[in-house]
Amino acid sequence: MLTLIRMELLKIFKKWRTYIGFLAIAILIPIIQIATYFEGSGYLNMALQGLKQQFFFVGNLLNGYFLGNMLLNSLFVHIPFLIVLVAGDLLAGEATAGTYRIILTRPVSRFQLINAKFIAGILYTVSLLLWMALLSLGLSLVIFGSGELVVIRQKIIILAANDVLWRFALAYLYAILSMSTVMALAFLFSSLVENSIGPIIGALAVIIIFMIISVLPIHSLEAVKPFLFTNHLDKWMEFFGDPVDYPQIFKSAFVLLLHIGGFYVITLKIFTGKDILS
Amino acid sequence: MSEQKIIEVHGLTKKFGKLTAVDHLELNVYRGDVFGFLGPNGAGKSTTIRMLLSLVKPTSGSIQIFGKPLSRERARILRRIGAIVEKSDFYLYLSAYKNLEILARISGIAHPEKRIREILELVRLTDRAHSKVKTFSHGMKQRLGIAQALLHDPELIILDEPSTGLDPRGVKEVRDLIFRLSKEEGKTIFISSHILKEIEQVANRLLIINKGAAQVEGTVEELLNSEQLSVTFEVDSLKKALKTLEHSQWISLLESARNNRLEFKLAKKSIPELTDKLVREQVKISAIIPRRSLEDYFLKITQGDL
Repeated sequence: MLTLIRMELLKIFKKWRTYIGFLAIAILIPIIQIATYFEGSGYLNMALQGLKQQFFFVGNLLNGYFLGNMLLNSLFVHIPFLIVLVAGDLLAGEATAGTYRIILTRPVSRFQLINAKFIAGILYTVSLLLWMALLSLGLSLVIFGSGELVVIRQKIIILAANDVLWRFALAYLYAILSMSTVMALAFLFSSLVENSIGPIIGALAVIIIFMIISVLPIHSLEAVKPFLFTNHLDKWMEFFGDPVDYPQIFKSAFVLLLHIGGFYVITLKIFTGKDILS
Repeated sequence: MSEQKIIEVHGLTKKFGKLTAVDHLELNVYRGDVFGFLGPNGAGKSTTIRMLLSLVKPTSGSIQIFGKPLSRERARILRRIGAIVEKSDFYLYLSAYKNLEILARISGIAHPEKRIREILELVRLTDRAHSKVKTFSHGMKQRLGIAQALLHDPELIILDEPSTGLDPRGVKEVRDLIFRLSKEEGKTIFISSHILKEIEQVANRLLIINKGAAQVEGTVEELLNSEQLSVTFEVDSLKKALKTLEHSQWISLLESARNNRLEFKLAKKSIPELTDKLVREQVKISAIIPRRSLEDYFLKITQGDL
């Protein structure tokens, strides 16, 4: 099994499309960091304007933690695009290339192949998010230094510098779970067709449709909304609350895990019963 | 050839919706056979091969390979099979070497480096081992296809149209390779092809399939030497031979006459009579080569004349 996973990772990381995500993050994050370096204090002043009339702020508020949080917040919505680009190709890419014929005529079961590809897809997701963490948090800390984290949501929360790093670690762990759900969805679509464009468009279409349903003020849809995985993707933000809303996080994580499991089982069922005609 | 059955197929049927691609096929391949699998396009050859390799699930029927049911012992069976299914496709963004390395490792070869080098040399791709497959010509990909099929030294080799896209030298090499694998290494080879001459030259047994059903199965010798034959007489003087036959019924059976060779379309039983006539007229015969064109036979079968 390990050999199979290694071979799948080799295939993923030998394709140029894999690096689109890494490249996009490597370009976007420094641009935001440079812009913030020159204009960030203005943004922070504007955000804290109301409070500054009543409180006196000291220290470096425009720090690496603030940037790390802001970047995660603003880029998180775009990461699914980068995930489906690779995940949508995991199975459909083999069908397009006709390489199922050389893989599945070896002593490897379809169950093993699906597992290896699924795990490789998760590992790609993990590596992309770690890359994002390294640049958005690591590089920001190097450029801007550390300090208290100002979290601007419905209310403004200020977290002590020594109370932040663990929150980032758990937030990224949750983000991996979120993006693994997106990966599993694209993987499922990838098992249905024989070209990788379909799964990419299909997965993104589902995400967009679910997001639209989430915000539609239609009463009959209210019962469905808690079960839409898109409503749980950004719950990593809860780790920056005070106190942390663990029941909400666990509930959302459970919904996401349920989706990942469901997508995996459906993919397995489809793939093991499929005739390889490509 | 041995009587040990390597492939045993009973009542094999595959339906795609209303279309019956393979219809109650019966097929036996014995150890050491070079088994030719012939049929026109759409006859069900590739679907059958895909079922033999568990790429396609049969609607009904059974497949036993090495005496074991394919449905239950798939992995064990596939460990002993090498195959090319239709055209040879690879990971185009990887080198030939990397492609083979992936396939070797998932076939359970722990240290495949030496074997990959050997096999690349066998198919004359050593110089291009580290080139990406996307830069390969069709013929080179086909040779790489043969390499991947032989990589893990299988006992049974299933080749679906292995000569497609190869130049004459490549076609001859494939033919020689099949001979060598069969005669020297005792491999069992199942080969499908629409190049009938290829099958005729390499196979000892064959099955002709049409519209999903087996039409004829037997040894190549049996099938080629029944009924009318193409018989070539090698003579010392073409002129003398033609003069001898000039006003006889034999001249109407003459197909061609050149290079001291006379080719007749004859029934097998007529050969002694014609030989006798030529000899009586002092025509020296150095060889009589009876032969039935499989192509004629194949065409008859597929057109429903037989």
